[in-house]
Amino acid sequence: MDRRAFLTSIGCSLAASPLLTPIALAQAPFDNRLVVIILRGAMDGIDAFRPLGDPDYAALRPDLNDGQAADLNGFWALHPALEPLRPLWNMGELGVVPAVSTPYRDKRSHFDGQDMLEAGGQALDGTVNDGWLNRLLQTIPGAQSETAYAIGREQMQILSGPFAAARWSPEARLNISPQAERLLELVLHEDPLFREASVQAIDIASQVALSREEDAAALEDMAANPMMNSVASGGQHIQLAQFAAARLRGATRIASFSINGWDTHLIQQNGITRGLSRLSDTILTLRTGLGDDWGKTAVLCLTEFGRTARQNGTRGTDHGTGGAMIYAGGAMRGGQFAGQWPGLAEAALYDRRDIMPTADVRSLAAWVMRGMFGLDRSTLEGVVFPGLELGDDPGVLL
Amino acid sequence: MTFDPFIAATRFGTGLSPVHAPPASAADIMARLEGPDAMVAAIPIAPFATATPSPADYVTLRRAENAAETDADKARTKAATDEWREAARLMNYENALRTMSRSIAAPLGLRERLTAFWADHFTTKGRNIQTRHMVTPFIEEAIRPHITGNFADMLRSVTTHPIMLHYLQQIDSHGPNSPRGIRRGRGLNENLARELLELHSLGVGGRYSQTDVTELAELLTGLTYHPLSGFTFDKQMAEPGAETVLGVSYGPDASLKTIHAAIDRLARHPDTARHIARKLAVHFISDTPDAGLVGRLEQVFAQTGGDLLAVMGAMLDHPAAWTSARAKVRPPIEFINASFRALNVAPGTLLQRDLQDIRRWIERPLRVMGQPWQAPVGPDGWPEAPADWIIPQAMAGRISWAMQAPAQFAPDLPDPRDFVRTALGDLAPQAVIFAAESAEKRSDGIGIILASPAFQRR
Repeated sequence: MDRRAFLTSIGCSLAASPLLTPIALAQAPFDNRLVVIILRGAMDGIDAFRPLGDPDYAALRPDLNDGQAADLNGFWALHPALEPLRPLWNMGELGVVPAVSTPYRDKRSHFDGQDMLEAGGQALDGTVNDGWLNRLLQTIPGAQSETAYAIGREQMQILSGPFAAARWSPEARLNISPQAERLLELVLHEDPLFREASVQAIDIASQVALSREEDAAALEDMAANPMMNSVASGGQHIQLAQFAAARLRGATRIASFSINGWDTHLIQQNGITRGLSRLSDTILTLRTGLGDDWGKTAVLCLTEFGRTARQNGTRGTDHGTGGAMIYAGGAMRGGQFAGQWPGLAEAALYDRRDIMPTADVRSLAAWVMRGMFGLDRSTLEGVVFPGLELGDDPGVLL
Repeated sequence: MTFDPFIAATRFGTGLSPVHAPPASAADIMARLEGPDAMVAAIPIAPFATATPSPADYVTLRRAENAAETDADKARTKAATDEWREAARLMNYENALRTMSRSIAAPLGLRERLTAFWADHFTTKGRNIQTRHMVTPFIEEAIRPHITGNFADMLRSVTTHPIMLHYLQQIDSHGPNSPRGIRRGRGLNENLARELLELHSLGVGGRYSQTDVTELAELLTGLTYHPLSGFTFDKQMAEPGAETVLGVSYGPDASLKTIHAAIDRLARHPDTARHIARKLAVHFISDTPDAGLVGRLEQVFAQTGGDLLAVMGAMLDHPAAWTSARAKVRPPIEFINASFRALNVAPGTLLQRDLQDIRRWIERPLRVMGQPWQAPVGPDGWPEAPADWIIPQAMAGRISWAMQAPAQFAPDLPDPRDFVRTALGDLAPQAVIFAAESAEKRSDGIGIILASPAFQRR
């Protein structure tokens, strides 16, 4: 069989090959930016922001209350690893909702908790596994693949689903000859999963390669910014944040990635200090990297659940329920603890053990998207978070 | 839906090979599994108990370093500790390469697949310098001897193993009312108890509550490890009295025997049978496995009290195991192993390569493909769903590796027209045969075959 006959026989013509389609110049459907950072492992919110003014705090956490956190507002104090973010707090670019959760309760499994967080409250039976950011994008006319980026080595469930969001890891590269590319298209043709991933890989690899010089110049500018003095120079989280900032300066409007390592059962101070330093570095890198666009940006840091109010027997904390949502960005109303703090009195705890959630984290995300992207209530309650009741405006946006 | 040798070699083995014929029947596969574990002898990996450099040596060396007074002593003891660190680092690489080499050298590779499956089911990571290189020795000691044995034996051996105790932070968990707990002002750490129920036995869908987690955490107190004394049951750390887990009271006193009894009971719990049956079917066959197959595995698991050989036999006997739909994707490490196997890379070759090559062609590519060596994010291990592996960034890693790495390990690359048969057997699709014939150069042809869904699915 000759080549042309073969191509025809499998219903494929080279002219129509998606691998050969020139990259369309993307037009963003809106100007605001949303970054969702998933903190996997369950961040201990009341260690990041310590309620020193709560009368029950000190007794619950004799070791974790180490006197190192400096005051923020007379009630709450900042974990020392987050000190580099204090200027953002003072400028109103950093805030906290201290007691939120998804609807997930009782089994306290990281993995089901994360599935629930990323699916936005869908069933846990594994049948519905598209993410709420994906459902958001499905409602936006004119959204292109690169409107949203899932960044990092792992699949981000929050962005997966029918909308083909861009997915990439800054360490990935792809160089193949045009002829090999065409043959590859042939062997992938019949398998949609492989075909779509490969087509996107080839597209993105060439786009990223094209902008590499520009990105490198931006990195040099960033290094000169005094706010970056305290930021570690290396680490995967920095690369993710730099990559996200570079895309968000271009056609991308929504980016999501993970920071792992929050499961601090034992001698929590070691683990959480590392985690919070990475988070602080990440936010500062995004802020510097986004430059003027920071004013149009919302960063939401979400975790699957909080941790026990009481420290456990090994100077750590076990899996809990209510946790903190940290947020940042020039578009946000920071410098505040939004929502209601339930207190740490035993009767106020969930199951006499965990922080009682006083707000649904999905509703907070929904209000942010409503303000940033102009989504109406019915889309948010019916499509993005089916079954959610939006409730009152929590006032986290400017 | 009947036995097929090519499906057998890919679905239940480490892949096709020019030197190892695929199995002839399901009975042939079982006969191999019932025989001795040849790879343990052919490509040895020292188990935790005898692996060196050992955690105990590290502690001794550090103590000597701290005790050194003169500059000469300080320099000498520091050099000795540095040497230990370097040896540990090298051992970790070497064990990774030995594990891979077994997948290449094994006649079928089902034991390699089962070892990887159970190592993932019981994911551990080294949390400090003393244990970071000890995950493979843990697998060799606590998991591999049991993959064709009884699940209860494996669960007991893993749950009480120093590496698991260390990873899930059991070693510091004290009974709040135990003598040491009171004296040190310490108490429970729930980590191991929760994952034992949620991941290792009943599964997250199982019938347990937070109270069961807490009671089990109390029951497990006393299990501890120190590098110099090894594993111990420290009665002084154990919560006194009986604990009630899943409605069964274990006691009246805390003891290792009581803990073993509880672990055995968890291993034989009906929810465990269901969890393991489904997980095996998902791993080998499909993310939405045939209900009859899962039911059969569950039944055999329950009837035999967790005889894993019998469960595997039941899978191979079930028609749904031989579906022609290749619904699963080889995760990156299997993909690389299967490629080496098809390319007939001599198993010893990997061990002879410079570290720099190993990092460039194996360690970093695995990272880009989404499976950094022994480093999944959490204790739930690696994902199963093809959609979690075949994402653009990881696919870029697979394609790049397929195009470039084979020539590094098999300098005399085979002719792609022959290789397509070696790698895919009778399963080679027309499009791949055509592409293999049409490539401009050998390395492209090999790369396209390896990057094809036909090779990456199983």
